[in-house]
Amino acid sequence: MLEDRDRIFTNVYGYQPWNLDAARMRGDWDNTKDILAKGADAIVEEIKASGLRGRGGAGFPTGLKWSFMPKQPDPNRPSFLVINADESEPGSCKDREIIRHDPHKLIEGALVAGFAMRARAAYIYIRGEYIREAETLVAAVKEAYAAGLIGKNASGSGYDFDVFVHRGAGAYICGEETAMIESLEGKKGQPRLKPPFPAGAGLYGCPTTVNNVESIAVAPTIMRRGAAWFSSFGRENNKGTKLFQISGHVNKPCVVEEAMSIPFSELIEKHCGGITGGRDNLLAVIPGGSSVPLVPAAEIWDAPMDFDGLKAVGSGLGTAAVIVMDKSTDIVKAISRLSYFYKHESCGQCTPCREGTGWMWRVMKRLETGDADPAEIDLLYEVTKQVEGHTICALGDAAAWPIQGLLRHFRPEIERRIADNVREAAE
Amino acid sequence: MPKLTVDGVELEVPAGATVLQACELAGKEIPRFCYHERLSIAGNCRMCLVEVKPGPPKPQASCALPATEGQEIRTDSEMVRKAREGVMEFLLINHPLDCPICDQGGECDLQDQSVAYGRGASRYDENKRAVTEKYMGPLIKTVMTRCIHCTRCVRFSEEIAGVDEIGALYRGENMQISTYLEGAAKHELSANVIDLCPVGALTSRPYAFEARPWELKKTLSIDVSDAVGANIRVDSRGREVLRILPRVNDDVNEEWLTDKGRFCVDGLTRRRLDKPWLRLDGKLQAATWAEAFAAIGKINPGSSVAVIAGDMVDCETMFAAKKLAGALGSSLLEGRQTGLAYDCTNLAAVNFNTTFAGIENADAILIVGSQVRDEAALVNVRLRKAAKKGAKVFVVGPEWETTYAATFLGDDIAVIAKLPKEVSDAFKAAERPAIIVGGAGAAKGGIEAGLAFAEKFKLVRDGWNGFNVLHFSAARMGGLMLGYAQAGGIADIVAAKPRMVIALGADEVDYTKFAGSMIVYIGHHGDKGAHAADVVLPAAAFTEKDGTYVNTEGRVQYAEKAVFAPGDAREDWTILRAMADALGVSVGFDSFDALRAAMIAEVPALGTEGLAGYGALPEAPKVVKPEGMIAYPIKDRYLTNAICRASPTMQRCSAELLHGETFAEAAE
Repeated sequence: MLEDRDRIFTNVYGYQPWNLDAARMRGDWDNTKDILAKGADAIVEEIKASGLRGRGGAGFPTGLKWSFMPKQPDPNRPSFLVINADESEPGSCKDREIIRHDPHKLIEGALVAGFAMRARAAYIYIRGEYIREAETLVAAVKEAYAAGLIGKNASGSGYDFDVFVHRGAGAYICGEETAMIESLEGKKGQPRLKPPFPAGAGLYGCPTTVNNVESIAVAPTIMRRGAAWFSSFGRENNKGTKLFQISGHVNKPCVVEEAMSIPFSELIEKHCGGITGGRDNLLAVIPGGSSVPLVPAAEIWDAPMDFDGLKAVGSGLGTAAVIVMDKSTDIVKAISRLSYFYKHESCGQCTPCREGTGWMWRVMKRLETGDADPAEIDLLYEVTKQVEGHTICALGDAAAWPIQGLLRHFRPEIERRIADNVREAAE
Repeated sequence: MPKLTVDGVELEVPAGATVLQACELAGKEIPRFCYHERLSIAGNCRMCLVEVKPGPPKPQASCALPATEGQEIRTDSEMVRKAREGVMEFLLINHPLDCPICDQGGECDLQDQSVAYGRGASRYDENKRAVTEKYMGPLIKTVMTRCIHCTRCVRFSEEIAGVDEIGALYRGENMQISTYLEGAAKHELSANVIDLCPVGALTSRPYAFEARPWELKKTLSIDVSDAVGANIRVDSRGREVLRILPRVNDDVNEEWLTDKGRFCVDGLTRRRLDKPWLRLDGKLQAATWAEAFAAIGKINPGSSVAVIAGDMVDCETMFAAKKLAGALGSSLLEGRQTGLAYDCTNLAAVNFNTTFAGIENADAILIVGSQVRDEAALVNVRLRKAAKKGAKVFVVGPEWETTYAATFLGDDIAVIAKLPKEVSDAFKAAERPAIIVGGAGAAKGGIEAGLAFAEKFKLVRDGWNGFNVLHFSAARMGGLMLGYAQAGGIADIVAAKPRMVIALGADEVDYTKFAGSMIVYIGHHGDKGAHAADVVLPAAAFTEKDGTYVNTEGRVQYAEKAVFAPGDAREDWTILRAMADALGVSVGFDSFDALRAAMIAEVPALGTEGLAGYGALPEAPKVVKPEGMIAYPIKDRYLTNAICRASPTMQRCSAELLHGETFAEAAE
């Protein structure tokens, strides 16, 4: 179990105020100038060495991502850092805790990361529904400006760096990095084609890196305590600490910072007071937010909670939003609800997702009550395969995977419902 | 030049090509809906998926993927086949099965590609989506349930037309294409979205339910509604022209056509002159050809004859009339009906020398007295391209809505002689500077001033001639080549007081000045010219005769005859040939071929398609003092010629789009 002294987010529960004075007491903004004095390349190297992988879901090595930015930005095409705080994945709630209780960690991280990638400014794109959080964030940015921590000669480093907060308007798709850039530019939130990647042509056509809130917020602490400290947690290739968000049928749902690769059982027993009704009552777990496939109880119990460990059980870490479902859950209905979510949030730009999400949801809706033909199970699987990998962004995959997970593990349950429905109709 | 393989065949493709282009070079057909050569890449239909190695283990959208060295592309693998089938199925699940009542039937990309790449039957049992119709004006009919959201129409209006008229509302499966607030699409190229739409969502409203594509005879022709000379295809059935579509010609119209050129079609069957008319006791009365020629014979004008050519006549007609006048001993020929009298001794000084394709590369452009959107909408498209590449555009004349950034320098043409510093600096710094003088500019001495401007800023340099005159009438350059210009313009003709005026479809002339002349009108519409005439001889419209046209670039182009003229109307040259007999003279040709041969013998440039080439610009006059306020001649862009004025569609466009009248939609 992670010891308190190794926690990065020391105010994740909001026992202390969020403001600058309190943040300084917790060690934020402590000689940020010295961190910047190490130089941009040294920071990138340190982050690379720490093994930090992006916390937004895809798990791309953060330091490597930063290194793609131009080493000598063209003054007419400045580099930008965009911080993705559009946390809309069902199950995820870590960025919210960071922003409302520890916003200065994020703002300091923005400066460190922005400096490391030679960015002119950071844009924090915050989810529209996060109203109080946005208020806190805006106030914290104001505090940081007033204290000279960001802005001209940020933290006395001689580097000019601005931080802007931009509120979203409630579209899940704007959490996709290129859709976020479109939205920031004032356009309809629709993902762009890649290539070109944002590091080449992103916000306003300038080199841009989009990072998750958590990836940015941990950067200053990694710089202070060193890559070796950070990489001492977790298994190889899955280093560091991570905010886990456990919701659903556990006795004490919570957001908790833990070392990567902690076994699922330990996470649940130590922090969440166990599964409601005990271990035997566990039905399935969605371990990384709504867009990863579910894992049945038997397979998840001992799985290490990290990128590779969950991949091995046919799922993924995602944002580490662990949705626990006990045996009282109507699993088909649960996944059907997720299908509705993706149908609702599809941007409508490309064909497979626009048309496929609606089709999948309609079949799922009927499968809830078994009002279907057994052959439709295979049809549904084929439709998910026709969506997966054929779209511009990953929303198509995200819509397909939960259904694939359901069909893989709970096919007998669906068949039973169809058989029951036929029997009832006959009676 | 990357080397790659497509389905195992190695080939080299130009740098910057996409995978889709590489596949096409290899002779592989790649199905697509959203991709269009002249629009930006959207990559949203996902129909063009191919397998590419190296790359992720999933199919890639070939339209957006750059071709790179060593790629292995497969268009025939199982993965690609399944991907296409899957996308096709998705496109069809919410597409209505109304092909039998859809106007796109027979020329529908979705139909064709579903036959080639789709699965045989539907597996979709849910209800289909229905989308309410959107009103897009008098030209575009919408059936939005058929829309496949390729966004070609959105990209066209944003990128080519330069207006934000069409966009997408809502998201996911509720996404809908609409005009802003469901208003009419108002710009002058709006109907091109009908051609671009790969399905039957946007179809032609005036042509709705008229015909199936396979019933139509297709004839290659040239648009005569302005001086651009857009290449068109005339689709006809029996004796009626049903629609006009643009043809591809990268040098002229790319593949666009103005709404006027496309929809004046219904004017071709209305208000037509289908029998000769004679003025008896002050009233026009129907007559036979014999009576008409007898009446002409009685005029006995001697050599006191003048010919005035209208805006839409072909070179052959003008040449035949010239020969007739010459046989009678007259050389009073004029085509500039409204009184323009610029110097035409050197045709290079009245030509669009840069060419339309060339003007795209200009980096500083001065427009003198031209409302380009009204006078040559397709040239405006080129100007927009130039502006997008960074050209600075300045306009002398009353302000109009440009579709690109432009600076207006006031209405007074005198400004050319003393340009603001900003403008002269821009032209001094420019590598490819250009000037465009329009008709309104030419009326105020703009051509002379333009020549002086050209000398001052060296508009003619290595491989570049930046001096341009933008005419408005399709007959203008041909007329000037055939000598239809008097030194003093039409005023000279008025002063000569001819006993007989032969008006070749001339409808813009002020005939009150010819009160003492017998006016013989040879034309196809009962418009202003016919009203003033003493003898009306019914002739053929541009779709009803072979003809040569020269556009404002000096580009010689041939149009072919699509249908026969209605009633007793005859082709113009035959009328002029018969008039020669009536007047007792010989014109020296008895067939169209002989006429054309004689014309080419006299003006060889008319014998070859392509740019005529008028040589070097003349020296600018020593002293130029341009003065006067510029006033654009076109008051109503939809009603600029007799065919348009006879067209109910154009009348409605004028009333609704320009004058704000509202029309109640009939319930369907």
